[in-house]
Amino acid sequence: MDRRFPFKVLEHIFSFLDANEDRNSVSLVCKSWFETERRTRKRVFVGNCYAVNPLKVARRFPKMRSLTLKGKPHFADYNLVPDGWGGYAWPWIEAMAARRPLLEEIRLKRMVVTDECLEKIAASFRDFKTLVLTSCEGFSTDGIAAIASTCRKLRDLELRECNVDDLGGDWLSYFPETSTSLVSLDFSCLDSEIKLSDLERLLSRSPNLKSLKLNRSVTLDVLEGLLRRAPQLVELGTGSFSDELDPEEISKLTKALSELKQLKSLSGLWDLLPEYIPVLYSVCPRLTSLNLSYATVQMPDLVDLLSRCSKLQKLWVMDMIEDKGLKTVALCCKELRELRVFPSGADLDEEDVALTEQGLVSVSEGCKKLESVLYFCVQFTNAALVTIAKNRPNFRCFRLCVMEPFAPDYRTQQPLDEGFKAIVERCKDLRRLSVSGLLTDKAFEYIGVHAKKLRMLSIAFAGDSDLMLHHLLSGCESLKKLEIRDCPFGDTALLENAAKLETMRSLWMSSCFVSFGACKQLSQKMPRLNVEVIDEHPPKTRPDSSPVERIYIYRTVAGPRQDTPEFVWTIHKNPEVGVSRLSTR
Amino acid sequence: MAQEKVNDLNLKDTELRLGLPGTEQVKEEQEVSCVRSNKRQLQSDNEEESTPPTKNQIVGWPPVRSYRKNNNNNGVSYVKVSMDGAPYLRKIDLKTYKNYPELLKALENMFKFTIGEYSEREGYKGSGVVPTYEDKDGDWMLVGDVPWDMFSSSCKRLRIMKGSDALALDSAL
Repeated sequence: MDRRFPFKVLEHIFSFLDANEDRNSVSLVCKSWFETERRTRKRVFVGNCYAVNPLKVARRFPKMRSLTLKGKPHFADYNLVPDGWGGYAWPWIEAMAARRPLLEEIRLKRMVVTDECLEKIAASFRDFKTLVLTSCEGFSTDGIAAIASTCRKLRDLELRECNVDDLGGDWLSYFPETSTSLVSLDFSCLDSEIKLSDLERLLSRSPNLKSLKLNRSVTLDVLEGLLRRAPQLVELGTGSFSDELDPEEISKLTKALSELKQLKSLSGLWDLLPEYIPVLYSVCPRLTSLNLSYATVQMPDLVDLLSRCSKLQKLWVMDMIEDKGLKTVALCCKELRELRVFPSGADLDEEDVALTEQGLVSVSEGCKKLESVLYFCVQFTNAALVTIAKNRPNFRCFRLCVMEPFAPDYRTQQPLDEGFKAIVERCKDLRRLSVSGLLTDKAFEYIGVHAKKLRMLSIAFAGDSDLMLHHLLSGCESLKKLEIRDCPFGDTALLENAAKLETMRSLWMSSCFVSFGACKQLSQKMPRLNVEVIDEHPPKTRPDSSPVERIYIYRTVAGPRQDTPEFVWTIHKNPEVGVSRLSTR
Repeated sequence: MAQEKVNDLNLKDTELRLGLPGTEQVKEEQEVSCVRSNKRQLQSDNEEESTPPTKNQIVGWPPVRSYRKNNNNNGVSYVKVSMDGAPYLRKIDLKTYKNYPELLKALENMFKFTIGEYSEREGYKGSGVVPTYEDKDGDWMLVGDVPWDMFSSSCKRLRIMKGSDALALDSAL
């Protein structure tokens, strides 16, 4: 008797599987499950574009409709990865264009995308619907124009914090003259001015538009006209909010904003002037997401705004909110799930620091649903961390950046070991953690022992020895991404825990003490890791003891990549060869 | 790299020097990659370097995306200041002043002059010195006309007019 499920039944069952982690597990059961799963997967996620060959991915998933890729290491966001390192989208676009012309969605993060890529997308995928580029670079507004003009079914075009060669606002006029299917449009990262009439007409013929994020050059006086043409918006990113308006214009804008009955998310607000805050009052009670991180508003004006936002779930703000403002948030924003407080760059040597650890303590007390925090602060205490952990054991993401490197608890002068211990002990669901301040190896012992669900960890200027890395690699079972800068160790811990690295997506270490010899040994020991040495100032000779500037280690089934620039070396698997630069450039 | 500050005025800025304008500025703003050393960077004794990089000069620190740093008008906001007849330009951080009187006092100290009294109708009368600024749209405006906040966020550079230019402006007003 054939004990296997008929293919059709399996296929039907698998169609209910959404999460790729589940699908990955399912694929490992047996060959027929692998085959069935791969034929039904529609959304493909590749967390490291160099982990696998694009052609293989294209061939494996014939029903692929959506592709998400990530390229450069996360620390590229902070200029720690030199330009030209890699992360090129082209090989992926080319492979998909040839084999998967029914692809509808492409989402790329930290990748190099050229105009050629965009033109290829426009020309190859007839049902193309969604393009989301986050922190990407390498393309110009010409490429955007190609997408706008050719993709007739385009629904989402989002450029999030990309570095675009902005040749002018013309691209906006390339959308088809007929009614569009646009649902979301985000050009907030572009610099140049777009033509108002182009935008107004586009809005008038885009009845499905739910999310619109303007760039800074869209002035305040034209906002009212735009909103009247898109009253159905759910997400709005304004342009500049500082131009002078006369009382009549202010009143018209206030009215236009109050008519946005579906509005849930507000961002942009560049240079928001205090006198314009009342204009926003009508939308506040409905808002679930508010991004004030470009609004230069200070206290006490911020209170007027925040005290009206009782439904707020996500708040991004600058440190001008001060402890006082965060107290208001703790009182009024009981639905808050995510808080990010960014540094405004105000003089860090100031004596009266108005944003302290107290602010975060208040929010952790008052906002019971808070689960995700990014907090920049000049200094901190263990006591505060312990209180925060006690208040909020439900943290999933906790990123604290004490901006003074090696800063101890400023009251006790002790390292912040005990504080972070409390965090990892109590927050059992913690998935992402960034630590800072003065930390000894002990802190990392605690993390290794307690942070069993931790997937991503970021460390800077911490630890005493290799023990630190050893605790992490041997203790954190779920660890997938580890990034470390300026910590005083490397070799021993890496080599002892080499096997762990194959269970992770990647490890980044820069300005640590990793020697060239250790890189070679690691690479030989672990054939399925790419060990990349990134050295902008390589020494003339490389004895084994010489330290390397940066290493980036990641698991891959694609072998060493062929597109390395001259400052990247993938350590060769053959011990006699040592180092080879495998690209032909 | 502590700079002496008296009443929020950076004394270094008021020094007259014969060097090229902006040279010291460049050195201060230069970013330094953390040097590999056996000592922790910021705990290094002075044998290592005479001026270890401060937390503002370490590459990629604090870890804020450069996109956000570039967009952030609220950090240090240096504008060039020129004065007619002076041999070189100066730079001031507008964020260190809270209002017009503070700014004008600082300018007076920096260039060793006195400004006349400001009135909305008549501008700066009396001393033949007129402070003007270029705003975001590229227009040259009289300092003092718009509210301070609006001025400090839209001012791109300052020019202190004097002599015949200023007189012409004065009489035109």
